[in-house]
Amino acid sequence: MTLQAMSGPASADTPLHLPASEEEAAAIIAEARAARTTLSVEGGGTKGALGRPVRAAARLSSRALIGVTLYEPAELVIGAKAGTPLSEIEEILAEKGQRLAFEPADYRALLGSSGEPTIGAVAAANLSGPRRIMAGAARDALIGVRFVNGLGDIVKNGGRVMKNVTGLDLVKLMAGSYGTLGFLTEVTFKVLPKPEVSATLVYPGLDDSRAIEALSEALGSPYEVTGAAHLPVGDGRQSAQTLIRIEGFKPSVAYRLGELRRLLADFGEPAEARGESLWRGVRDAAPMASLADRAVWRISTAPGQAAALASAIRGAITGRHSFDWGGGLIWLAVEADAAATRVVREAVREHGGHATLIRAPEALRQSVDVFEPLSEPLMRLQKRVKTSFDPDGIFNPGRMYASI
Amino acid sequence: MSIAFPQPDQSILARRDAILAGLAAILPEDALITSEDERRVFDTDALTAYRRMPLAVVLPRTTEEVSAVMRFLHGEGVNIIARGAGTSLAGGAIPQEDAVVIGVARLNQMLEANFADRTARVQAGITNLAISQAVSHAGFFYAPDPSSQLACTIAGNIAMNSGGAHCLKYGVTTNNLLGVTMVLVDGEVVEIGGAHLDSPGYDLLGLITGSEGQLGIVTEATVRILRAAEGARPALIGFDSAEAAGACVAAIIAAGILPVALEYMDKPAIHVCEAFAKAGYPLDVEAMLIVEVEGSEEEIADALARIVAIAEDFSPRTLRVAQSEAEAAAIWKGRKSAFGATGRVADYICMDGTIPTGQLPFVLRRIDEIVKSYDLRVANVFHAGDGNLHPLVMFDSAKPGDMEKAEHAGEDILRLCVEVGGCLTGEHGVGIEKRDLMTHQYAPADLAQQMRVRAAFDPGWLLNPAKVFPLEGRVAA
Ligand SMILES: Cc1cc2nc3c(=O)[nH]c(=O)nc-3n(C[C@H](O)[C@H](O)[C@H](O)COP(=O)(O)OP(=O)(O)OC[C@H]3O[C@@H](n4cnc5c(N)ncnc54)[C@H](O)[C@@H]3O)c2cc1C
Repeated sequence: MTLQAMSGPASADTPLHLPASEEEAAAIIAEARAARTTLSVEGGGTKGALGRPVRAAARLSSRALIGVTLYEPAELVIGAKAGTPLSEIEEILAEKGQRLAFEPADYRALLGSSGEPTIGAVAAANLSGPRRIMAGAARDALIGVRFVNGLGDIVKNGGRVMKNVTGLDLVKLMAGSYGTLGFLTEVTFKVLPKPEVSATLVYPGLDDSRAIEALSEALGSPYEVTGAAHLPVGDGRQSAQTLIRIEGFKPSVAYRLGELRRLLADFGEPAEARGESLWRGVRDAAPMASLADRAVWRISTAPGQAAALASAIRGAITGRHSFDWGGGLIWLAVEADAAATRVVREAVREHGGHATLIRAPEALRQSVDVFEPLSEPLMRLQKRVKTSFDPDGIFNPGRMYASI
Repeated sequence: MSIAFPQPDQSILARRDAILAGLAAILPEDALITSEDERRVFDTDALTAYRRMPLAVVLPRTTEEVSAVMRFLHGEGVNIIARGAGTSLAGGAIPQEDAVVIGVARLNQMLEANFADRTARVQAGITNLAISQAVSHAGFFYAPDPSSQLACTIAGNIAMNSGGAHCLKYGVTTNNLLGVTMVLVDGEVVEIGGAHLDSPGYDLLGLITGSEGQLGIVTEATVRILRAAEGARPALIGFDSAEAAGACVAAIIAAGILPVALEYMDKPAIHVCEAFAKAGYPLDVEAMLIVEVEGSEEEIADALARIVAIAEDFSPRTLRVAQSEAEAAAIWKGRKSAFGATGRVADYICMDGTIPTGQLPFVLRRIDEIVKSYDLRVANVFHAGDGNLHPLVMFDSAKPGDMEKAEHAGEDILRLCVEVGGCLTGEHGVGIEKRDLMTHQYAPADLAQQMRVRAAFDPGWLLNPAKVFPLEGRVAA
């Protein structure tokens, strides 16, 4: 069947639906399905530039679905309507000394967007910050969802308890589905206590491979490193910085910093930094954000491959890169063109992992894959999964892959 | 015997010889099991009240053999039951007469440990404990630790998303799995995930975890391995009431302390386990917590001091920190032998619901009432930090009707879990055991969405078809 679609990208004059209830959302979606029209799904719209450009007949935003529906600090759980601002969730948690442990990133500077990131979009994008290596990803913390599928049915999966293996885990599918499977109306996350202190060892002057060696050493120690990043020279830095973060109760953090210094003695004498501002920069890919005209890539790979992968790319094209997740995450800013894209894809194929084009001009995102291309059998499974949620392809057509 | 199995497909039974011949043609001789005696070993799992003799059993040694078998069976329209070690408590691995069991127990090799990247690549039939044993020389371990870890396979863990006593800190299987090799129903082999974190596209790895052998057969896996803590020590705290124990759990968590384990036992469980394990448990308390923390000597002392200070507010009757390795081991031996110890005093069924921890005192009271109303007894052991209950409903299999009563009591308990905001199963899976209760937790649209996803992988419902979803009202792709 053919879908009636607008010729241009979603713009100010594209009709905007702002349902204030789940039922209203279901009715809008059922109507769109009956009329065979497409919907571009968004929260606060701050990540609209992430993914392939979507051309849809109307926009559907969760912005009017707001409010915390459940918060039980002693049960380490918070639930909220999908449009609730992330900032509000973080404030409420902070009052009780808790937080979302996966460190949701703020890509507004990177993507040049404004507005309020919503908690629903945090789930839909499954983008996790530095603590992912220790505390898991957004998809690990997400324990319950409610959404409307492409049939207009209201569906719930998971719930409010951490241990739950009842039936298929659709929560995981919704995490990172970028609004292509359903319209999230409510999400529930596991939360964790905020530690008493956070401290970071900063090793100066290591090259990429030495830095990743140091990070692997630290992550393979019993000291529960919660952040492991490497920022090479550039972006105003005269010397590279290798960062290792420890969090916890004061005496424990002091002890662990001491043990790590001893363990990593071969890597030099570290400085010590307190607080979180350093890590906010790592989390939000600040070194990449400032290079306004570059395409920004986020590459997930095995840490042992990271230095070679980055060097394969940097040997072929100019740009800037940094590492998080002990090397397992490479941020990269390079030319925004098809040639650079080929270099990145080729290097990732060679070394393993997957690359996402987080920021690029629309024309490039239209013409190349934004998410890692999949093998033919995996792509077939992805399409079947998409069809099982959204048989008529109403939601965000083409946002993740041209054919989904 | 109240759980129904589908009627076997007579046309398959009639073609048994041809199907066996087809299997024989693609497998080495010792990989195919057809005699009745040998098949009987596979006719049930740890839900032993239910048994079905499978058409045949195959025990392949390679992914290619699994693929060839599945391609053949798919072509013949024969049902397939994946099997690991057969320790499922939910009947997840119980066969049916018109199905071939594909067991992965011979795919049991450790393929690679990468300590710098903190990953291990294994064949799926390796036991959970063998992974930890293979990396322990370097101080590493595989974190999820089901009590059955000596026997159960990583394949079964993946299929059930199994947990363990230490999952409050380390998470369950889904949080520790990075990639799998899986054979689809038609024999196609796919690689999902890898040695890196998160995967592109929809999170199929997350979907497969906990899918109970209904989406494909896993033949290899990449898991995260972790460096073990420097040390660990449990404390044992006894209370006069479930309320006090529950409030103490809440207070520990509210204080920002996340112990590596937080286990609860009620009076009957304490008595049964003490009689068996001589763990030194207090016999005069109504409820007991085992709280374990990890770290260096000083860190452990500091964390336990914080916990003891909190516990003092709840008038504990006993408060004992393990003073030696031997004492710590004894405390854990008591808890870990809870199922076995109960099995020595009675027949029992082990339930596995999860509740919001705030509901603990209410739910324990109601469980007691439910079980008494059936004239039965119950012992409660569970993971208190996350509300995953394991009521052991005791009965006497020599008494006619007693097991059915226990099953009904169990069902009432699981309904209660759902009613207070929890779920039917926290780690054991749905299998056949909770299949017919699924409509209690999920509305028709919820189940229909799950079934459409299931059918996206297995349109003909050949993979472990009698499980998880109620037999009536099944949905195609
Ligand atoms: C004494 C005892 C204690 C236990 N303690 C715990 C506990 O602490 N925590 C916990 O979570 N569980 C526990 N269990 C339950 C059980 O051990 C787990 O569910 C375990 O993961 C099952 O593993 P298995 O290898 O025995 O799998 P099986 O029982 O053989 O199979 C389980 C399920 O996995 C599927 N399956 C098997 N292999 C594959 C494959 N290769 N691909 C796809 N699907 C497959 C089967 O079809 C079945 O649905 C306990 C069980 C017992 C008997």
